[in-house]
Amino acid sequence: MPAALDDFLWTYQSLIASLGVNGLLALSMYVVLAIGQLSLGQAAFMGVGAYASALLSLHTGLPFPLELAAAMLIPAAFALAIGAPTLRLSGVYLALATIGLGELLRIFLIQSDFTGGALGLSGIPAKAGFTLIYGCLAAATLALMLITRSRIGRAMEAIREDETAAAVSGVDLPRYKMTALVVSAMLAGLAGALNAHASSFIGPNDYGFDAAVTILSYALLGGVGSPFGSLAGALVLTLLPEILRPLQDFRLVVNGAIIVVAVLYMPHGLIPWRPLRIGARP
Amino acid sequence: MSAAPLLSIKGLTLRYGGLAAIEDFDLSVTEGALDALIGPNGAGKTSLFNLISGLTRQDEGEICLGGARIDRLSPSQRARRGLARTFQNLRLFAEMTAIENVLVGMHLHVGGSLIEILTRLGRFRKAERAAVEAARELLAFVGLSPSEYAPAGSLSYGDQRRLEIARALAAKPKLLLLDEPAAGMNPAETAALRLLLEKLRAQNISMLLVEHDMSLVMRLCDTITVLNFGRKIAEGPPDAVRADPAVMEAYLGVRGAAHVRGDSA
Repeated sequence: MPAALDDFLWTYQSLIASLGVNGLLALSMYVVLAIGQLSLGQAAFMGVGAYASALLSLHTGLPFPLELAAAMLIPAAFALAIGAPTLRLSGVYLALATIGLGELLRIFLIQSDFTGGALGLSGIPAKAGFTLIYGCLAAATLALMLITRSRIGRAMEAIREDETAAAVSGVDLPRYKMTALVVSAMLAGLAGALNAHASSFIGPNDYGFDAAVTILSYALLGGVGSPFGSLAGALVLTLLPEILRPLQDFRLVVNGAIIVVAVLYMPHGLIPWRPLRIGARP
Repeated sequence: MSAAPLLSIKGLTLRYGGLAAIEDFDLSVTEGALDALIGPNGAGKTSLFNLISGLTRQDEGEICLGGARIDRLSPSQRARRGLARTFQNLRLFAEMTAIENVLVGMHLHVGGSLIEILTRLGRFRKAERAAVEAARELLAFVGLSPSEYAPAGSLSYGDQRRLEIARALAAKPKLLLLDEPAAGMNPAETAALRLLLEKLRAQNISMLLVEHDMSLVMRLCDTITVLNFGRKIAEGPPDAVRADPAVMEAYLGVRGAAHVRGDSA
């Protein structure tokens, strides 16, 4: 590897890891928004995955792939528990319940000695390199792209446009909504586990409401027409604060202004393209 | 009566608080029939369609399709049993193309498991291509071939109505519920609609339509059921219903009905 590239990767390693992790989080948000549901629990699912895998790493000798599997399955169980009562109802119930989950998780993590309390967990082995992070991101992107370009993606878009019309066309709404929430929890949990094993430290305040809104803004800025929209949103919103660093204290103001302008003038997001699905174009 | 009816409704009641939107309603539609449901505004016609298709749940009574009860099933399960409908206030997937709207209607019939979707192996490509072919044929059948790739929301009102019918037909329904298919159509579009409904009847598709265009209903339908304030007030072939005093009263009021009777006597 050339020395210059090596230097670059070394200097920016945490940013490069964040880009991959945030990409996965954006995809997890996409899966829910793509069927017109609003979840504010992506940060909580991420936190559950992060803590589950970190505790397994620190206290057991489990192989890393099994820890990653646990970091996906445990959030999935939370998603099932939250989805069962809320997905039957239309409206804001899912959003409210997932905000509640985030707060419960944060308070639990602070109070519990087992999870390191307010200090969090440190010394998590750095098992997640760039290859693993970007391998997971590529696999998830490819899978979602193939799904959006199939009858499943067509049904998802139909649900987003008109739930009632989709239901009388034979689309099983409860099943689609539950599957989307569970898959999104698994992706967020995976992102959490990778982040924990890349940064070596996690704390209870990393997964609160702020983080949930940041993840939501990836998808809103990028657009939910296809998985690439959310990915672009994550890329821009992760890089923007770094690029604006010379502005010092004003950078968050400018950062926010850019988001507001983008949302106002690009209602379909940065990438408004529809998926290249059969039947979507001649 | 020889065969069991395709759709059979008994004692159906739907209440909103103390108000009965549908009260003790019976209806049956035989296989291959083209029947109509008429009544003044607010009579409960759309409420009845919502009950049949599962968008609202009845308080009492039962609904059977093909001899099996469907009144506790979800809308998608009822679609699976062979029920399709259109909406009075068009409900298309506006940003999706016309052909994609029809493909969503085919949802239950397009194969391909998740593994096949993720690997692009097996039936996937074949199933998708066959579905697009079938969707093209349906669009041609309703006369929308030139607009295959137009976003549904950009089509004219009459075209949107026809697209909704194509989407409903895509599910290969046993019974098609059409909620005011001629609403807002100009005379030429209504004439085209009548031809379309006649073609569907020739294909032995059973239909129940709610419609305000009386000339269309009287010319086309086998049995007409008249609804007023959630109750059935008349039922029978077009000529009998037209002459029914209760129907005249519902539409024209007591004095209006007397006036019409006086004129014709």
